[in-house]
Amino acid sequence: MKIGVLALQGAVAEHIRSLEAVGAEAVAVKRIEQLEQLDGLVIPGGESTTIGKLMRKYGFMEAIADFHEAGKPLFGTCAGLIVLADRIEGQEDAHLKLMDMTVARNAFGRQRESFETALPVKGIDEPITAVFIRAPLIKSVGKQVDVLSEYNGEIVTARQGSLLACSFHPELTDDVRLHAYFVEMVKEAQALRA
Amino acid sequence: METGTFRVKSGMAEMQKGGVIMDVMNAEQAKIAEAAGATAVMALERVPSDIRAAGGVARMADPTIVEEVMKVVSIPVMAKARIGHIVEARVLESMGVDYIDESEVLTPADEVFHISKHEFTVPFVCGAKDLGEALRRIQEGAAMLRTKGEPGTGNIVEAVRHLRLINGQIRKVQNLSKDELYNEAKLLGVPYDLLLGVHETGKLPVVNFAAGGVATPADAALMMELGADGVFVGSGIFKSDSPEKFARAIVEATTHYQDYKLIAEVSKNLGTPMKGIEISKLHAAERMQDRGI
Repeated sequence: MKIGVLALQGAVAEHIRSLEAVGAEAVAVKRIEQLEQLDGLVIPGGESTTIGKLMRKYGFMEAIADFHEAGKPLFGTCAGLIVLADRIEGQEDAHLKLMDMTVARNAFGRQRESFETALPVKGIDEPITAVFIRAPLIKSVGKQVDVLSEYNGEIVTARQGSLLACSFHPELTDDVRLHAYFVEMVKEAQALRA
Repeated sequence: METGTFRVKSGMAEMQKGGVIMDVMNAEQAKIAEAAGATAVMALERVPSDIRAAGGVARMADPTIVEEVMKVVSIPVMAKARIGHIVEARVLESMGVDYIDESEVLTPADEVFHISKHEFTVPFVCGAKDLGEALRRIQEGAAMLRTKGEPGTGNIVEAVRHLRLINGQIRKVQNLSKDELYNEAKLLGVPYDLLLGVHETGKLPVVNFAAGGVATPADAALMMELGADGVFVGSGIFKSDSPEKFARAIVEATTHYQDYKLIAEVSKNLGTPMKGIEISKLHAAERMQDRGI
């Protein structure tokens, strides 16, 4: 199984390390041609405006939509969550528009409001260490979206079929359980495609 | 829930990786930078080349400029405080600036002590030209590093020198035995524990960007090739003929730093880059990199 990490900008090496720690083969993806050989893709944290701009420039919008259409799972963390969303508060347009949710950027405020906390996540036994950095929030979700965790009553982790998204940065800790969860999703999708 | 932890501060810098942080002097430039794909902007009263030209004492920017920039962009906003100027840093923190650059580009307020950065909730970036400076700044609480280079010169040679030196020193430290490490810590003037970390991991514990002299897309790509995590561009963009094109080209060259055809493509018809200064023509007192060691 081979999982890509979109490497246009952001915390790429950390995701690769976490994916390898749970037994997956992981590669940095800079060109759309690389998507073909992959079973899943992580869209990492970074600056969503920068990542979105570069995705458009290099044809990733259509290529990732096709990747998703083929039943291959996507996992967006922080900026990656914003990139997956159908709607972004205060903006007319969104990016990939694959996941039925409305997100708010920088929802906690500026960097001084960034924090870490222990966060319970549905499907994972003990709370995970979640690092929120200028993090977005999921303000509302459609019917087919499963809410996996909330912080102070606001949604911070969600799944819609083969799409997984979280507001925080699991790649910044040694806690790789959310990556393991995603690798399971990729395995299931592989079995379905076979 | 805990704010201001080292992981939250250094993690913010991790999110900037592969990106370009641009110096801006007003809201209009900040919007150009954001639209071009900058991952953050540095709000300043004057870019380094103007600071050189103006002479005199360079201080923290007028808070009005910083606020104006914070209002118009959604990407992080950084601002510079003088080395050792605790109050300038506290003022910037109180305004909600996302990152403070304790910077040798401004005239140092303290020729001996840097700010103790652990006590702040806002993270700091500092310049370093060798491994000793890098680890001393981390010891003081810096959550991100950058090369010093020679700011405002449009000449990449000093940033190259600093990055090569730091990476060469890291490789040397990796190969030292335990007893040699104790002595190396003494020679570098750094805490043993931080040096041991470098010995074990083969890298710095925080992100290290290139800064000081980046003037073209190829300069930015060169620094990435040499192992920088990302790039600061100061005077290079808004001192060029066509800032918008320059900014976009530098962003693309940083992402695709090994795609030489692409760098050739984005480098076409950019107009004149900033003029630049030959380093040997600078007097000792004009060398910003010698401040705050």
